[in-house]
Amino acid sequence: MMDISHFVELLTVLMLAIFVGFEVISKVPTTLHTPLMSATNAIHGIVLAGAIVIVAALVEAGVHSALLTILAVAAVTLGAINVFGGFAVTERMLQMFRRKESGK
Amino acid sequence: MTVVVDLANLVAIALFIYGLHELNSPATARRGNRFAMAGMAIALIFILVRTQAVGWPEVLLGVAIGAIVGVVAAVKVKMTAMPQMVALYNGAGGGAAALISTVEHYVAHGSSMNDVIAVSLVLSAIIGSVSFAGSIIAFLKLQEVMTGRPVTYPGQQFVNALVLFGILALGVWFIVTLGTLPAWGYLALLLGALLLGVLFVLPIGGADMPVVISLLNSFTGVAVAITGFEIDSTLLIICGALVGASGTILTVAMSRAMNRPLTNVLFGAFGAKGGMEIASAGGAPQQIRSASADDVAVMLAYANKVVFVPGYGMAVAQAQHSVKALADQLEKRGVNVMYAIHPVAGRMPGHMNVLLAEANVAYNQLLDMDDANSEFPTADVALVIGANDVTNPAARNVRTSPIYGMPILDVDKAANAVVLKRSMRSGFAGIENPLYEMPNTSMLFGDAKASVDALTAAVKAL
Repeated sequence: MMDISHFVELLTVLMLAIFVGFEVISKVPTTLHTPLMSATNAIHGIVLAGAIVIVAALVEAGVHSALLTILAVAAVTLGAINVFGGFAVTERMLQMFRRKESGK
Repeated sequence: MTVVVDLANLVAIALFIYGLHELNSPATARRGNRFAMAGMAIALIFILVRTQAVGWPEVLLGVAIGAIVGVVAAVKVKMTAMPQMVALYNGAGGGAAALISTVEHYVAHGSSMNDVIAVSLVLSAIIGSVSFAGSIIAFLKLQEVMTGRPVTYPGQQFVNALVLFGILALGVWFIVTLGTLPAWGYLALLLGALLLGVLFVLPIGGADMPVVISLLNSFTGVAVAITGFEIDSTLLIICGALVGASGTILTVAMSRAMNRPLTNVLFGAFGAKGGMEIASAGGAPQQIRSASADDVAVMLAYANKVVFVPGYGMAVAQAQHSVKALADQLEKRGVNVMYAIHPVAGRMPGHMNVLLAEANVAYNQLLDMDDANSEFPTADVALVIGANDVTNPAARNVRTSPIYGMPILDVDKAANAVVLKRSMRSGFAGIENPLYEMPNTSMLFGDAKASVDALTAAVKAL
């Protein structure tokens, strides 16, 4: 059984983050919906941090299983594709957005 | 040491939230993305510090492969293929969450397993797998490796419900045994979730992809947040929740723009019967007027105000640069050019905006639906480039139309409407468009890019 008060703390954090997310993101204009989607897409690449933790846990537990090691490295790889690709693509898109110069 | 790592996470989270906040305006959006990148770099570096070199060779190997694949793909991908690229990155995130659960299942076996870990492990494995497999099917549909039409068969809902029920039963088994169930039980759970991801996206048509992509994005966010509970990380919980919220907002916005409840988008197999409705409706011969590029060029060149209405056809023909060239020619002659963007034009939220941005169109010339609709009545010409259903006036006044009630761009209210179209084939939804038979509408048949180039040349020659 996980410490109940710690679990409730995590739930509190989750709830606050959901509210902040709705507040911040509902202000994004339709023009930027694709970059928004790909930026948030990159942000869920934080799953890479989880993959790094799980690789360390696997090594520490002394589990010698080639299959598990491959799966853990695959998790890191997928997470890295998500992070690096997501941010690179967002950056590429945002570079293209320009305002019309007033003089023209 | 842990205090330093926790503080670094705090900074990273602040950067993520502030970065997203800066995305609320095109002027600051790039800075916002940089803030988020900085946050990610800090978070990842300090996670590595926390693991104190344990498992670094494996991690660095995975990161190297992933970073190269991700960045090369990001640099190479054409802007028109962006929806499927985003789908793939999203699937990668979901797959990572499912794999983390799988490894955690064997690492935490026995010793550190508890009920919170068991529940979150099962949920993130299921949602992550659904997101992974679903994203791949979405990719295959958008890449046109497989048909973009809905794939349906009798008893589909029943099969899906059965698979879902099976997965849930296995999940409950996992939780009550705290993960000590036989290995095949967990394997069946994973395979079932992957199957569900495939079955769930199969019946959804290409034109409904903006909804699906947003929804899958939100699924991965949720899977990541739950992974946070599994490995006790507020960082993952917060990031996952932010993404979940954003995906949900976009999903709702997209279904609203189609005036269809989300359940209809997901389970309605919209457009499956497509072609048949046209055949049955084909009574009177259509009174359509076909115009030449020269006629249309004159109309455009001597107009005061022209509104371009781009749609998926522009993306398919890769015509965005040609469109910008035509706009430049017209602006040189003093014509006021603007672009009307329907929220669900294209295959992902904001698809048209990105393509036009690529062609150097200034974002302040892009009008959203409400602003555009107040411009049409005073516009001399509305030039429809590869858009169909989003301009269909039947959505306003034909109660029996399948898209009745969907908010549309009022192209028919402009003094003249010119529709660039490959042929008289109906749009994705297979619904006839009365716009084409209206007296002030002219049709210019041909590939969107070729037609726009011809118009540019003709305007130049005037």
